[in-house]
Amino acid sequence: MTVITRGFSGRGRQSENLPPGQYLTEDFPVLSAGPTPRIALDRREFTITTETGQRHTWTWPELMALPAETPTVDLHCVTKWSKLNTSWRGVSLDVLLGDLTDASGYAMVHSYGGYTTNLPLPDLLDGRAWIAYEYEGEPLPPEHGGPARLLVPHLYLWKSAKWVRGMTLMGEDEPGFWESLGYHNYGDPWREQRYWGD
Amino acid sequence: MQPSRLAWRVTTVKAVRPETLIASTLVLDVADWPGHLAGQHVDVRLTAADGYTAQRSYSIASAPDTSTIELTVQRVPDGEVSAYLVDEARPGDQFELRGPIGGYFAWRPVSTRPLLLLAGGSGIVPLMAMIRTRAASGNAAPVRLVYSVRAPDLVIYAEELRRVAGNDGVEVSYVYTRSVPEGWDEPPGRLDASRLARAAWPPSAEPDCYVCGPTGFVEAAADLLVAAGHQPERIRTERFGPSGG
Repeated sequence: MTVITRGFSGRGRQSENLPPGQYLTEDFPVLSAGPTPRIALDRREFTITTETGQRHTWTWPELMALPAETPTVDLHCVTKWSKLNTSWRGVSLDVLLGDLTDASGYAMVHSYGGYTTNLPLPDLLDGRAWIAYEYEGEPLPPEHGGPARLLVPHLYLWKSAKWVRGMTLMGEDEPGFWESLGYHNYGDPWREQRYWGD
Repeated sequence: MQPSRLAWRVTTVKAVRPETLIASTLVLDVADWPGHLAGQHVDVRLTAADGYTAQRSYSIASAPDTSTIELTVQRVPDGEVSAYLVDEARPGDQFELRGPIGGYFAWRPVSTRPLLLLAGGSGIVPLMAMIRTRAASGNAAPVRLVYSVRAPDLVIYAEELRRVAGNDGVEVSYVYTRSVPEGWDEPPGRLDASRLARAAWPPSAEPDCYVCGPTGFVEAAADLLVAAGHQPERIRTERFGPSGG
């Protein structure tokens, strides 16, 4: 049941590349549940823990030494803003997950500061996800997740965990932080999967 | 888990209350409102005659009630939805909303821990919902609100804050960033460590901290709290993007 709102005309659809319910912004808004964690670079590392409990850790210099890609992607935040054609530099999860998984199952992503988010493993593979450390040619600023964040641009941006420190591979899916608090488990912006039941 | 979909509801504007030159409170009729927690928000969807729709999120300003909710909206530059809600909406107008949304930046009136509320500009809205919910429920948690605002005439809920300040365990202090009221004893300036130390609970009081406002304010305020010794786990933030809507 849609009602027409008297007196509202709006500015019309701004781009073919905007998913339903989103609007374009040129800014880069910030959304986080708590303070921005500050972790010294020499103490940073990225760890993948497999289903069998094996830990694979990359120090920050090791991570930076891996082959990098420079994706240009659109960002869609569940709070309704979208930002198109953003350019990043980072390591593809294909490189990091490499031989560690048969691409079935799920991952729980962990961040400094305690944030978590869950994704199906296939969404992290085949050139669709990165550990990103540069944004528009500059080191990623702390409020946007620097020095490194997950970047999974085909899902709502809360899945692109800031201040990422590692992931745990799981046979069974489990909800992460926002996924436990009313937000959609998968979060596809083109199907407008914002909240539980969408 | 088989959660039901958060359905869109048609709401009717019951009253519009100007708060400042750029902010208004909309009192909305929502039949069978399921209730909400202080700090939660709703999604608003406006539909134009040609079928174009626009959605934005707004914090709920009111304490829980079964048939009305209040949203306070501040107009942002070039705001598509905020301009409509602040300047155009009038009683009888209808649009859709769904919610309540967000279970983290939320306060439950069962807690009696000290509350430290840091507001930047229109970030006062969900924090006011906490103050109102506390009063409505008879909760005795001591509250300190620090409200950073550009100028005195941009203070939202000025009258109500004057009434509650100094009473019943609620203390309110202001930080004016661009211009100060006549007779104010310091020049305009941003929230800093000394202003925070004067106005806020010390970390030893272990307050629950809620920080809401534009990104720059929230980043700075949350960093100040951490630097002062507050535990990051006790600091909850809600940031309004600079381009809001």
